[in-house]
Amino acid sequence: MKYIDEYRNQELIKVVSDKIHDITTRKISIMEICGGQTHTILKYNLEEFLPDKITLIHGPGCPVCVTPVDFIDKAIELAMRKDVLLTSYGDMLRVPGSTKDLLSARANGADIRMVYSPLDSVIIAKDNPEKKVIFFAVGFETTAPANARAVLEAEKFNLNNYFMICSHMLVPPAIETLLSNAQIKLHGILAAGHVCTVMGLNEYEILSEKYHIPIVATGFEPLDIMNATYMTVKQIEEKRCEVENQYSRTVTVEGNTKAKEIINKVFINEDREWRGIGIMKNSGLRLRDEYKKYDALMNFDFKINEKIDKGICIAGEILQGLKKPDICSSFGNNCKPEHPLGAPMVSSEGACAAYYRYRRIDN
Amino acid sequence: MKIENNISSGMSCPTPISDYKQILLSHGAGGYMSHQLISELFVKVFNNPSLDLQHDGALLDIQGIKLAFTTDSYVINPIFFPGGDIGSLSVYGTVNDLAMCGGNPLFISAGFIIEEGFSIEEFWKISNSMKQAADNAGVQIVTGDTKVVEKGKGDKIFINTAGIALVPQNVNISPKNCKPGDVIIINGNIAEHGIAILSEREGFEFESEIISDCCPLNGLVNDVLSVSNNIHTMRDPTRGGVASILNEIAMSSNLGIVIEENAIPIKDNVKSACEILGFDALYVANEGKVIIFVSPEDAEKVLQVMKNHPYGRDSSIIGKVVEAHPGLVRMKTSIGSMRIVDMLSGEQLPRIC
Repeated sequence: MKYIDEYRNQELIKVVSDKIHDITTRKISIMEICGGQTHTILKYNLEEFLPDKITLIHGPGCPVCVTPVDFIDKAIELAMRKDVLLTSYGDMLRVPGSTKDLLSARANGADIRMVYSPLDSVIIAKDNPEKKVIFFAVGFETTAPANARAVLEAEKFNLNNYFMICSHMLVPPAIETLLSNAQIKLHGILAAGHVCTVMGLNEYEILSEKYHIPIVATGFEPLDIMNATYMTVKQIEEKRCEVENQYSRTVTVEGNTKAKEIINKVFINEDREWRGIGIMKNSGLRLRDEYKKYDALMNFDFKINEKIDKGICIAGEILQGLKKPDICSSFGNNCKPEHPLGAPMVSSEGACAAYYRYRRIDN
Repeated sequence: MKIENNISSGMSCPTPISDYKQILLSHGAGGYMSHQLISELFVKVFNNPSLDLQHDGALLDIQGIKLAFTTDSYVINPIFFPGGDIGSLSVYGTVNDLAMCGGNPLFISAGFIIEEGFSIEEFWKISNSMKQAADNAGVQIVTGDTKVVEKGKGDKIFINTAGIALVPQNVNISPKNCKPGDVIIINGNIAEHGIAILSEREGFEFESEIISDCCPLNGLVNDVLSVSNNIHTMRDPTRGGVASILNEIAMSSNLGIVIEENAIPIKDNVKSACEILGFDALYVANEGKVIIFVSPEDAEKVLQVMKNHPYGRDSSIIGKVVEAHPGLVRMKTSIGSMRIVDMLSGEQLPRIC
């Protein structure tokens, strides 16, 4: 299949693997930011093709993993109201809140519907005027433009029953937090190609220069990740610190101008808590005041939640690349996909789920 | 009056079903949670040798006559889809479960649960489709039942079918029978039914229409059994897809399975639909596929017979049974590395980005 098979080709992977082996002279730690990339690495066992000197460290880029528990609890609380219909992406439904997940809420009678696009939720709102329809908007810069569009559509249709729980996160502030943490030793970063497709590369130029680190915008297929690893290692070996673009089939320096415009029109940055990591400055998006009539968090009353104990889950350390999933004492024992202690074990982009699905024994 | 405590041993110490206090949709998705419900609840509570085998149907011996007996319920949405409808599906599904036991399906029953207000015209279409499917498969629908529930208490129509088949004395097919060295063959392209249903339900439009593979497999299975006495295991990878079935067989035989990604047949349009949705085709449902475990010496012969059958033209050898890593399925990926193919806990959910 075009654009897929050639990026999953054994001979091409071997060529890049040989090139990486040829140039690597020292120990190198590279972080892939996106959980989709983590899954590709585990699903294709890419470490098999890399020299032992190279360590891949898994980053925080799993949107549902970093969604604050408080937002999930609020989504469940709203969903349990008789007058509410909650819509969300499928992947969000299984992620545990402080007491249960949305799938369990659905089994308890909540009207929760899975949508494939945020625009579907606007149509549901239009078709169900007697219900308050809430869209649980999660994701990074990638999903923000479509979610912004959903708000504008709701405005166009004059809907008074459409709301959004806005849990959008921004990647560069998280990278900056990781880079300024002395505990995390990184020599290079594989940036998330789809985020760069929307936002362009300028934010990464600033980070690369400030922290003297190579950053390569990277795709999601095995060959993308191998090529980007080669580009990163080459920079490190040649003592360069630049932003490079491996994913040039979709990423441009300036990004998608129209998508950025719509994000700016509807959303504004705010400080945001990332589950397991903590509050990071300007790392989230909320609806601008002009659109606050659509903000579910501002238009409904909530019970006051007690502070949630994080228990024995080490998701925070996993998400920051401080620990790998398989060293956790709960991994595969009392923490499995059907009984998760934390979000990274359930999400299709979570690092723990990737280790559990693809690497329970030494390959 | 004294009331006897009539709880049997199976009930006195209920086994906890995971950590869920309620049935979730995942319990019916054919993955780990379904498997757990069956092995921890039904097998323990109902407790008998036929059920213990956890086959697609029960193998019964009645006065020297070997019978296969099975049942299945169909709750599909949409009820009409490219390549079939709930009627033909309900016949072929049960016929195929019987065929997987090595039996010649003879008679099936049909139970209907219909929601008040359901269109008679659609019901007529479904009934005719069942008749057509029964003729195609060479079975008769000989008994049935109809219940109508209040509007809102069902979803248009649910159908249950049960069926019986005669199993030749020399045929002995079971998930536990596969042996190290067995070759694993599938009769064609995977994931078509699941993606066809999803596309129809959600209104996705792909470049070319994806059609369900729904079909009767008893003819193909008969051809296979006529050329080889060394068929050890057969399963139809319906809910949970190829990956879940292979995991079930690895677990029940306590052997390892190795498959090769590049050998698994899949059409380009199905593959691209899976890519767009973030689905792994190995977990997507099929309704006209059989996975056959055969001794290596008969593999080529069986493959040829399958390729000569209209429902097996794209048959392919996808892997083999090994002694290593018992209970686990591993796959050689398209780039040559090895990884685990796990059983999902519940249904696959589309990804976010």
